[in-house]
Amino acid sequence: MPRPRTKWTERCVEVTLVVAASTSIILVGLIFLFLFREAAPFVQHPGLSSLMGDRWIPVSFQKEQFGIYPLVTGSILVTAIATVVAVPFGVIGAVYLSEVARPAETETLKPFIELLAGIPSVVIGFFGLVVLAPFVKAAFGLETGLNAFTGGLLLGLMAIPTIMSVSEDALRSVPASYKQASLALGGNQIQTIWRITVPAALPGIVAAVMLGMGRVIGETMAVMMVTGDAAQTTFKPFESVRTMTATIAAEMGEVPFGSDHYRALFWVGIILLVATFLLNIVAQRVLKRYSVRQ
Amino acid sequence: MRNVTTRTLTAISIGLLGMLAACSGKKGNEVTVVTVKGSDTMVHLVSMWAEAFMKNHRDVEISTTGGGSGTGIAALINGTTDICASSRDIKDTERAQAEQKGITPVETMVARDGIAIVVNPKNPVQELFLDQLRKMYTGVYTRWSQVGGPNEPITALSRESSSGTYVFFQEHVLNKEDFAQTVRLMPATSAIIQSVVLDRWSIGYVGIGYAHEAGPQVKILGVKATEAGAAVMPTEAAVHSGEYSIARPLFFYTNGDPTGAVKQFVDFCLGPDGQRIVRETGYVPVQ
Repeated sequence: MPRPRTKWTERCVEVTLVVAASTSIILVGLIFLFLFREAAPFVQHPGLSSLMGDRWIPVSFQKEQFGIYPLVTGSILVTAIATVVAVPFGVIGAVYLSEVARPAETETLKPFIELLAGIPSVVIGFFGLVVLAPFVKAAFGLETGLNAFTGGLLLGLMAIPTIMSVSEDALRSVPASYKQASLALGGNQIQTIWRITVPAALPGIVAAVMLGMGRVIGETMAVMMVTGDAAQTTFKPFESVRTMTATIAAEMGEVPFGSDHYRALFWVGIILLVATFLLNIVAQRVLKRYSVRQ
Repeated sequence: MRNVTTRTLTAISIGLLGMLAACSGKKGNEVTVVTVKGSDTMVHLVSMWAEAFMKNHRDVEISTTGGGSGTGIAALINGTTDICASSRDIKDTERAQAEQKGITPVETMVARDGIAIVVNPKNPVQELFLDQLRKMYTGVYTRWSQVGGPNEPITALSRESSSGTYVFFQEHVLNKEDFAQTVRLMPATSAIIQSVVLDRWSIGYVGIGYAHEAGPQVKILGVKATEAGAAVMPTEAAVHSGEYSIARPLFFYTNGDPTGAVKQFVDFCLGPDGQRIVRETGYVPVQ
């Protein structure tokens, strides 16, 4: 028998719950508001069109230029390379963990994967600078290992744990009856995995990849240390690129408050936020479409 | 998810503790506050000075902010800072402005700053003149053969644009031209050294303290002011005498001769302990 509650306590609890639940919405709203407030004066001077250029030269004795093309292409290039690296390892690893591995193996492997997810990105960045960059340089015969490829490789490494654990959850939640039916109809283990379990878990896997990409596009410290940070518009993997995150991190600390440069950095932030937003929306659409078909 | 929450909570509680500590530390005896504002290049040096000074002078609080030499001089003119840290001379126009407001800027040189050009020890190039450096960093020269080396590509390394050294290099070596877009901007001096150590055909510029600290892992180049001149190594003596081209004095400006706590602080900076800190932070002592 539940204890009778007065209306007052009931309401109190209700309000607390609503406030707690809406915190994240309010926070996102406030962040958007703040970003736009700081970025807005840029529209009047020097105008949004000055963002549309391929030269990012914020400190200059000649003419300051805030073309964001090199930053956007830099982020896209690094994210694309990281995704290509991380998806096969992450998804195949998850299949192995959930479908093939013996319990003892899973118990050994999982802590290490979680450990990889927990390493601070500046440590990974340092590893990239000292170990991975020279390795890439030697493997491809380059003059320097500081390029988009090294950055993508490093970020791919960081995205693997995310993709692997979320995919694994998705694979494990596929009903056992599906697999039993497949095996009963004469399918072997490999056929069951690739034709039944993986397709059934696909929405979850897609969500995992999107989450991984979200982590990659927002990652700052590691990518700043290994991509060379030269702001050039390029899609060549062995060129040095400057990502949006690295630009904000490197320049925001010392930028004169309220200057054009300061406002331009806020625009870069807005673009980054919109990009992650779109990524989330696309992920949800994909999830919905597949769930309906299922 | 749980992890994230725990971390956030930890961060918040640490923040709150910090605020508490800051509040409780302030009350008590009255404290003389001395503000130092100006050059970003000098912020690190000045805060090291301030820390050491405040250890022995509990009644004085030194507050250090950057913003650039120009900002610092403007603050001195407006009377909003006690000391202006500047990595350039005060301009005549600024001096006139100050005098109009009844402020007499007095210059005290507190340290010198020299910038070394470093390459990989395997690079056969021994010296460069300023115009060659300018062309390498503005993208005119792309191969070492253009400056007397082998036919290999140049990987030019620079500091981030937020660095005072970046602006100094841009002003005095690049003749105020823009850096080429292919120049790699490294987040820290240590990252420049690291890359020069690893990449055979890269070139970078760092404070001479860092360059000497790196030892035989990097090669410091001799620099000539013009093609005809003699190559000068960035030794403390050469920076001191002005023979080395990529060097500059670092100043404190005060309103009139320093007095009271300001004088104590300036004297400390010029004294043996202060000048030892200058050397430790990678600059060249005045004397």
